[in-house]
Amino acid sequence: MEEIINKVKDVIAQLNEEEDLGIAFPDSYIEDLAEAYIKRDLTDDELCELTRRLKAAYDRAHVEAGEAVGTVAAQSVGEPGTQMTMRTFHYAGVTELNVTLGLPRLIEIVDARKEIATPTMDIYFDEERRNDEEFVRTLANKIGKSTINDVLSDFNLNYGTMEVEAVLDNKKIEEKRLDREEINAIIEKTFKKATINNDNIIIPSSKTDKSDSKFEIRELRLLADKVRDLQISGIKGIGKVIIRKDDREWIIHTEGSNLKEILDMEGIDHVRTTTNNIHEIGEVLGIEAARQSIINEAQNTLSEQGLSVDVRHIMLVADIMTSEGVVKSIGRHGISGEKSSVLARAAFEETGKHLLNASIRGEVDDLTGIIENIIIGQPIPLGTGSVGVKMDYKNE
Amino acid sequence: MAKINEAVSYFGFEETFSLKVCKDIRKEILKVKDEEKEATFNKYFSEIKEYYQENEYSDDEELIAADFAGESSEKLTDDYPEVDFEQYGIFAAVEGIAVPGDEEEPADDDKDEIDAEPEKASSKKEDVFGDDYSFIYTPPAYAHKHDNAESTKIYINGELLGSCEDPVSFTQEMRQKRRNGEISYEMNITYYEDNNEIYIFNDPGRARRPLIIVEEGKPLLKEDHLNKVANGKLKWDDLVNNGLIEYLDAEEEENSYIAMTLADLNEDHTHLEIDPATMLGICAGIIPFSDHNSSPRNTMEAGMTKQALGLYVSNYALRTDTRAHLLHHPQTPIVKTRIIDSTNYDSRPSGQNFVVALMSYEGYNMEDAMVINKGALERGLARSSFFRAYDTSEKRYAGGQVDKFEVPDKNIKGYRSEDAYRNLDEDGVVNPESEVESGDVLIGKTSPPRFLEEDFGTVADRRRETSVTVRHGEKGIVDAVLLSETVEGSRLAKIRVRDTRQPEFGDKFASRHGQKGVVGLILSPEDIPFTEFGVVPDLIVNPHAIPSRMSIGQVLEMVAGKAGCLEGERVDATPFNQDLEGEIKQQLLNHGFESAGCESLYSGVTGERIDAEIFVGVAYYQKLHHMTTDKVYARSRGPVQVLTRQPTEGRAREGGLRFGEMERDCLIAHGAALTLKERLLDESDKYEAIVCENCGMLAVYDRNKNKKYCPICGDVETYPVEISYAFKLLLDELKSLCIFPKLVLGDKA
Repeated sequence: MEEIINKVKDVIAQLNEEEDLGIAFPDSYIEDLAEAYIKRDLTDDELCELTRRLKAAYDRAHVEAGEAVGTVAAQSVGEPGTQMTMRTFHYAGVTELNVTLGLPRLIEIVDARKEIATPTMDIYFDEERRNDEEFVRTLANKIGKSTINDVLSDFNLNYGTMEVEAVLDNKKIEEKRLDREEINAIIEKTFKKATINNDNIIIPSSKTDKSDSKFEIRELRLLADKVRDLQISGIKGIGKVIIRKDDREWIIHTEGSNLKEILDMEGIDHVRTTTNNIHEIGEVLGIEAARQSIINEAQNTLSEQGLSVDVRHIMLVADIMTSEGVVKSIGRHGISGEKSSVLARAAFEETGKHLLNASIRGEVDDLTGIIENIIIGQPIPLGTGSVGVKMDYKNE
Repeated sequence: MAKINEAVSYFGFEETFSLKVCKDIRKEILKVKDEEKEATFNKYFSEIKEYYQENEYSDDEELIAADFAGESSEKLTDDYPEVDFEQYGIFAAVEGIAVPGDEEEPADDDKDEIDAEPEKASSKKEDVFGDDYSFIYTPPAYAHKHDNAESTKIYINGELLGSCEDPVSFTQEMRQKRRNGEISYEMNITYYEDNNEIYIFNDPGRARRPLIIVEEGKPLLKEDHLNKVANGKLKWDDLVNNGLIEYLDAEEEENSYIAMTLADLNEDHTHLEIDPATMLGICAGIIPFSDHNSSPRNTMEAGMTKQALGLYVSNYALRTDTRAHLLHHPQTPIVKTRIIDSTNYDSRPSGQNFVVALMSYEGYNMEDAMVINKGALERGLARSSFFRAYDTSEKRYAGGQVDKFEVPDKNIKGYRSEDAYRNLDEDGVVNPESEVESGDVLIGKTSPPRFLEEDFGTVADRRRETSVTVRHGEKGIVDAVLLSETVEGSRLAKIRVRDTRQPEFGDKFASRHGQKGVVGLILSPEDIPFTEFGVVPDLIVNPHAIPSRMSIGQVLEMVAGKAGCLEGERVDATPFNQDLEGEIKQQLLNHGFESAGCESLYSGVTGERIDAEIFVGVAYYQKLHHMTTDKVYARSRGPVQVLTRQPTEGRAREGGLRFGEMERDCLIAHGAALTLKERLLDESDKYEAIVCENCGMLAVYDRNKNKKYCPICGDVETYPVEISYAFKLLLDELKSLCIFPKLVLGDKA
C-alpha cells in the first residue's frame, strides 16, 4: 500500500510538472486513488487519466469566486429552522437529565450565549478505567454535588436549646463513597460551634443572646437550611451526576459543567470528554476547539430533529463566529454589529445609533458590501456583479 | 389623625377641610353662643393646628387644604376598601336578571361603618349568604394575610375577591343557589382542586351550553316535564328556572361529569346531554355525519361555512349593503341535521346539492381542483350575484358653497373622458340597468375649489370633479338607484351595481366536510363520464382528497344523499346517530344500486366503459366568496407613491407585486446581480441624482436656464448618478438630522 501511495504521489508530481495542473489533494484522496489502482487493476496511463479527471471534478466541486456562500448558508440553516418546533425540551441520551434542544438550543449556539440554559458534560474514561465501575462511581460522587441533606438519617430543630441536631447515616455516606473524616472537617470548618459526637452533630444557633424570641426562631431555621445545604463534595458548577453504561464502557453525564477541573482529574479521557458550553471549550482548549464545538453542537441539534444540513454551511457559520479569536455571536452584538459599512449596520438594527456614531466619527463607506449596494441601487459585487473590466490604456 | 377624622365627621364637612373653614365655623358657633360646641370646637381646632405645625406644614391655607385632601385619600387606601357588591354581581348578576333575595342596598352611614370596621363588613356579608354560612369572606386588601395553604382563593371574573375554607361545599352551595334561582343562571363557578382556586364567571362572551342536571344518577328532567313541554304547559325558560337544565361554560364543564346518553348514566354523573349533538354550535352542527370526520376537518368546515354564499337576507332588494353576495338558486340540503332544522337553515340555505363523482379527470382535478359541468353552470348551478353599493351626497361647505350632482362640464378640473359620463342622466346620476365598468361615473358630482383665492384668474375658480366611479377592477349593471336626503337635508344618492357571477376557473367551492377546492376545468357535459342511467355528474372531485384527510362524513353524505334522492326523502344525518348506515345501504339496494354507492361510468369522450367502479353520490356544496374576478391581477407599469416613488401596494391601487426580502435573498444567493438591480432599481424607484463634485451633496437642475448648479458651491462641476429614490430620501432625512452625507464620486469599475 505504502508503495502504491508513493506511486500515486509520483504521478501527481509528474502531472504537476508536465501539465502544470497544480494538484494538491488531501491525503484521503491519494489513499482513495491508491485503493482504486489496486482494486481496478489500473494501468499507469489509466491512473494518470483518473488523476486528471479527479482534479477536474475536484475543481468543479470548489466554490467559485463570487458565490454567495453566506446567503446560501443562511438559507440552508434557516429553512430547516422554520420546521423546528419552537419549544422542544427533550430528554437526550439519559432520562432525568434535561437538555435544551431544538430551536432554543440553536439560537443559543448562534447567539454565543455566555450562560447557556442547560450546561452538561459527557465524561469518558481512559482505556484502563473505562470498565472499572468502582472507580467510575467514586469519581462520580467526587464530581457530583452532595450536601449534608443527602447523608442524613435524622434531622431536628431543638427550640428548647436552640440547636440543630443532625444524625448522619453512615450507610449513605458509604454508598456515596464519601470520607467521614472529610465531612467532619467541613462541618467543623463551616460551623465553628458544632460539636460532633459520633454520628450526632449538634450545632447551636449563633445568636442566642438576642432576647427577641421570634427573631431567634427565624435564625435557627435559617441555620437549619444552611446545615442541610452544606456541600460536602463535588466540583464547582456541577450538580447532578448520572452514570451510564454504554455498550462497552462507563460514561458520566453531568448537569452543569466545569471542563477545566474535570480534565485535571485522573483517569479521564481527555480526547472524548466534552461539554456543551462553547465558551468554556474556547477558554480551556482554545478557539479551534470552540469552532469544532460550534459545528458539533449545531449539527447535533439539527440532526436530532431529523433535519440534515450540509456541514459546510455550519462550518462557515462557525468560522465566521470564531475568526477573530473569540467566540462572537451572529447578530447585533457580534458579526452584524461589527460590519465595516455604516449603511449595512444601519440597515440591520439600531439604525439611529449607527448613523449618529458614523456621523460623529466621519466614517466613510466604501460601498464594497452587498447591502450597501442594494440600498444605493448599484449592482452587487457578487456573482455576475463581481467581475469588472480593466483597460490597459497604455496600449490604446 | 384620628382626632381630625373625628372632627371632620363631627362638623360634617363636605368639602376639603382647611383651617379657614375651621375659622369660619368658629365664627358661626360664636354667633349662636353655644358654649358646649365652642369648647369642642376649640379642642379640635387646636389639635388640627398642632397637627399641621408638628408636621411642619406652612400656614398657607391652600397648602394645608391640599395636604389634608391628600391625607384623607391616603387614609382611604389604608383602610378596608369599599367593595361594591353589585359590581361583582353574585347577587345581582348581569342586567336584565332579577335581583335575588331582598337585600337592601346599604345605606350611606352603613358604608361608613364598613370603612371603619372590616370585621363588621364580613359579618354583614354572611347575612347575604344566609345564616349558616361558615366560610370566611375576606376582602382583597386582606387576602394576602390569609395565605395559609388551606384557604381557597376565590376569583370573580379573574379578579381576586377573597378566600374560603371549604371550597367543595361553597361551590356546591353556589350551584344550588343558581338552580334555585337565587343567583343568576348566567353565573358559572369552577373549583380547581390542583391549584386550590375557585373561579366565578358572569361576564359576557363565554360560550355556554345547556345540560340536564343529574342527581344521584337520575336526571331531574322527567318524562312528565317532557309531556308538559309538548303540551305547551312548560317553556324552555321554565326548565332553566326550575333548575332542571343549566348552562355550563367551558370552565365549569371541567368540574362536571357528563353522560352522553341516558343509558350511560351512573351515580357519578353530574349532568346528562340533552342530545349528544347539542355539544356542537351552529356552524359545526350543519355538518352531516360530523362524528365520522376527523376533528380538524370539522373545525375547518365550521370556519368555511361562514364564507358560503346563500340567501343572506330576504329583503336584499331593498338594502344597500356595501358588498353583498347572493346565491341564485339556493337549495335545502338533502342530507340534513337536527341543528339545520332548529336553526331554520332551510329558509336561508347557502349551497346546492351537486351530483358528485369521485374520480380523477385528466389531471384537471389534482391538488384539490375540481372539474365542473359546463351544462350545469349554464343552467344556473352555483351562479351568484355580487352587489356593491356606492353613495355620495351634496355636501355643504363653509361660505355657502355646495357640491352639485351634474354631468360635469368639459372645463372642470379633473374632467374624465367623455366616455366615462355616457351613462349619466341629465341629473348627473346613472340610469338603472345600464352596463358599467370600472372607471365609469355613477354619480357625476362637482365640488367647489379647495381654496378661494383673491382674483387669481380662472384656474383657481374652477370647480373640481368629485364623481363616484365604479371601483377599479369591477363591472356590472346598475341594479338600483336611490335618491334621498341626508340628515342635514342635502341630496343623497345611493347606487347599487349588480354583477352576475357564473362560476369560472379558480372559484372556490367546498363541501360540508372541510373539503375545499377550486374549479380547475369547466367541462362540456358531453365530455363528462355518465352513468348507466345517463346521469352526468355536476362535479368531479379527486379521490385523493379523502383518505389522508379522513373526512369519512363526506363519503357517507354522498351515499345518504344518493339514497335520499332515490327515496325522494331528506335524510337526517345528525351526528352520534348510530344505525343510519345500514338503512341507507338497504335503500340503495332496493333501488337497484350498489350499496357502497359505486357505479360503472362511461367515458364521455369515447363512450367506453371505464374499468374502475366509480363512486357517485349527491353532496351539498357551498360556493365560497373567494372568486377569481375579485383577485386576478397583474401589473407592468402603473402608479407610484409620492413619497418614495416606489410602486403602490395592493390590487385596488393598481399596485406592484412585492419583491420581498426573501425573494431578494434568493437573487443574492444566485449571484444574479443585474437581475437584482433591475427588480430593485430599474423597475422600482430609479432616480438620476446630480451630485456636486465639490461638496458631495445633491445638485439642482434649473430648467429655465438649462443649467445644473450646486446650491452650496454654486457653479461647479456636477455628475449624474443613478441611485434609488429611496436612497435620495435617506440622504435628505440625514440632512434634516444635521448629518452631512457626502457622496464621493469615482469612475465606474
